[in-house]
Amino acid sequence: MKNFFATPLRDEDFKKKNFCYETWIGNCFYAWDCGKAIGRYLEGLKEGKILGVKCPKCERIMVPPRIFCEWCFVLVEDFVELKDTGKINTFSISYISWDMKRLEKPQIPAVIEIDGASPGYGILHLISEVDPKDVKVGMRVKAVWKEEKEREGKITDIKYFRPY
Amino acid sequence: MRRRVCIVGVGMTPLKALSPEVSYKEMMFEVANKAYNDCGINPRKDVDTFICCSEDYIEGTSIFDEYVPDQLGGALKQVHTIPSDGLFGVCAGILQILTGEFKIAVIEAHAKSSNILTPDGVHMCALDPIYIRPLNVNPIFIAGLEYNSFLYNHLFTKEDCAEVVVKNKKNALKNPYACYGANLTIEDVLNSFPISYPLNELEISSYADGACVVVLASEEVAKDLKKKPIYIDGFSFIQGSPNLEVRSWDFPRATEEAGKRAYEMAGINNPNREIDFCEIDDTYSYKELQHAIALNLNETIINPSGGSLGMGYIYEGTGLMRLIMAVLQLRGEAGSFQVRINNDLPRKAVVQSWRGIPTENSCVLVLSRE
Ligand SMILES: [Zn+2]
Repeated sequence: MKNFFATPLRDEDFKKKNFCYETWIGNCFYAWDCGKAIGRYLEGLKEGKILGVKCPKCERIMVPPRIFCEWCFVLVEDFVELKDTGKINTFSISYISWDMKRLEKPQIPAVIEIDGASPGYGILHLISEVDPKDVKVGMRVKAVWKEEKEREGKITDIKYFRPY
Repeated sequence: MRRRVCIVGVGMTPLKALSPEVSYKEMMFEVANKAYNDCGINPRKDVDTFICCSEDYIEGTSIFDEYVPDQLGGALKQVHTIPSDGLFGVCAGILQILTGEFKIAVIEAHAKSSNILTPDGVHMCALDPIYIRPLNVNPIFIAGLEYNSFLYNHLFTKEDCAEVVVKNKKNALKNPYACYGANLTIEDVLNSFPISYPLNELEISSYADGACVVVLASEEVAKDLKKKPIYIDGFSFIQGSPNLEVRSWDFPRATEEAGKRAYEMAGINNPNREIDFCEIDDTYSYKELQHAIALNLNETIINPSGGSLGMGYIYEGTGLMRLIMAVLQLRGEAGSFQVRINNDLPRKAVVQSWRGIPTENSCVLVLSRE
C-alpha cells in the first residue's frame, strides 16, 4: 500500500478547533404510549405488584405482560399476579457507566426469572446489597421496592433485587 | 407473460390523531390479525418472510428491526426491516416471491406520530449535517422550494393546488379510515396560515397514528386463498438525488421514471385511458398535481380515499395505507367511498408513494383484478 500524505489528528486538535468540523445536537423528543399490557404492568408496579399474563393456548405465564403470545399468535388477556421473588438466570458485572466512565461501585444487571411465571420468563433489573463476587446464576433474589408514596408506575419503582 | 405476485390480504386501523389506548406493538398485532383473517392464513405456519418499513428516528428506538417480529407472528422466522415507505417493502416482498423460494410474504408499516414530540427536530436530522443544517431553517422550506418552482415552470396556479385540498378533504368525509375529512373552500385554503412560501398550513397533510399490513402471495398460492387476488402487474422503485443544489425542483423525475418502468412491465401504453383510478402521493397539495402529470394520470379519478391530506400522514405507513385503499376499491369493498366506472367496479389502478422531504424518491405499483 502507498503512503498517504496526511496529518494525524489528536484530541487536542479537536479541542482547539485546529481544523474545520461541524457538530449537531439533535432536537428529538418522544413520549411512548404504553398501551394495554405494559400500561397495566406499570400500574401494578405502582401498587407494589409484578403482573404477568397467561396464554389461553399454551398456558405459559409471561412477564412482562403482552397482549399476544408470540408462539401461538393468539390474543392474551388473562392477567395474573406473580411473586416479587425469583432466581437469577444470567447476570453481568458492569464496571463502566453508560458514558464510558470507570465505576467505583460496579452495577449488576441480571435477568431474574420471576416466581409464578413459566420457566425462562424473567425481567431485567439490577442486583444490589451483595458483593459482586458472591453473585451466582440460580441465586434466589427478592425485589426491594421504593416507598409507596414515591412509586410512580415505572420500572424503577423496584429499586433493585437483593439475595434472600 | 411475466409471473405476477398477488395481494391476498390487507389489514388497517382507522387513522387517529392520538392513540394512547394502544402501544405500537398492540396496533401491529391488531392489523396483522385483520390481514391474516382477510386471507385465511396462519402466520406461524404459512408465512415465509416478513418485511417491516420503519425508520429509527421516527420510532425513537434505534436498531428497530429487533422490535417487530413477535406481534406479527414472525418470532424465529425470516424478518427484516427497510427504512423507507411501505411500498418499497412491497417491492422487496415481490422480489423475494419472484425468486421462487418464498410463497407468502407479509409487509408491515405503522406510525405513532403522536409520540414524536418534536417532528420538525426529527425531520431536521434528515438534512446534510455539514452544509445544510447549520443554516437552521425549518426543513419544510424544501416543500416551499419545490412548490415555487412548480408554479413558476408549469401552467398551474395556487388555486389549482388549493382545489386538490378541497377535493381530498371532501373525499375523506366518506372514508371511515380517514381522520381529517372536512368541507372547505378554496379561499379557506388560500387564507390559511403561510408556512413556507408558497405553502399554506391547509396544504400540508397532518400527522396521524395507524398501522397497515399487506399479505403477498405467488399466483399459484393465491388461487387457493379466501378472496379473489389482486394482481401486481407492474412495479418500480426509484431513488433521486440527495443533493438539494442540483435536483429537478419543478418536476418529480423519480416518479416519472418509476411510472415508465412500471407501465412497461404492466403493458400500459396510455395510462389516462387504461387506468380507472389512482392513489398517488399528496403529502402537500402541489405533490398530487406533480405526481399526476408525471404518471400521465391527470384525467383519471385521483385519490378517492381522500389521500394523505384527507386521511392523515403516517410516515412510512403512508404508501401501504394507499395500497390498501386501492385494494378495497378493486375488490368492491370500499363501501361508502366505492368508485364505480359506468356502474362497474374499477379494473385497473395505480398506487404511488413518495417518502417526503428531503427525498426525491418514488415507488409505483400497477394493480388489476383480473
Ligand atoms: Zn401461547
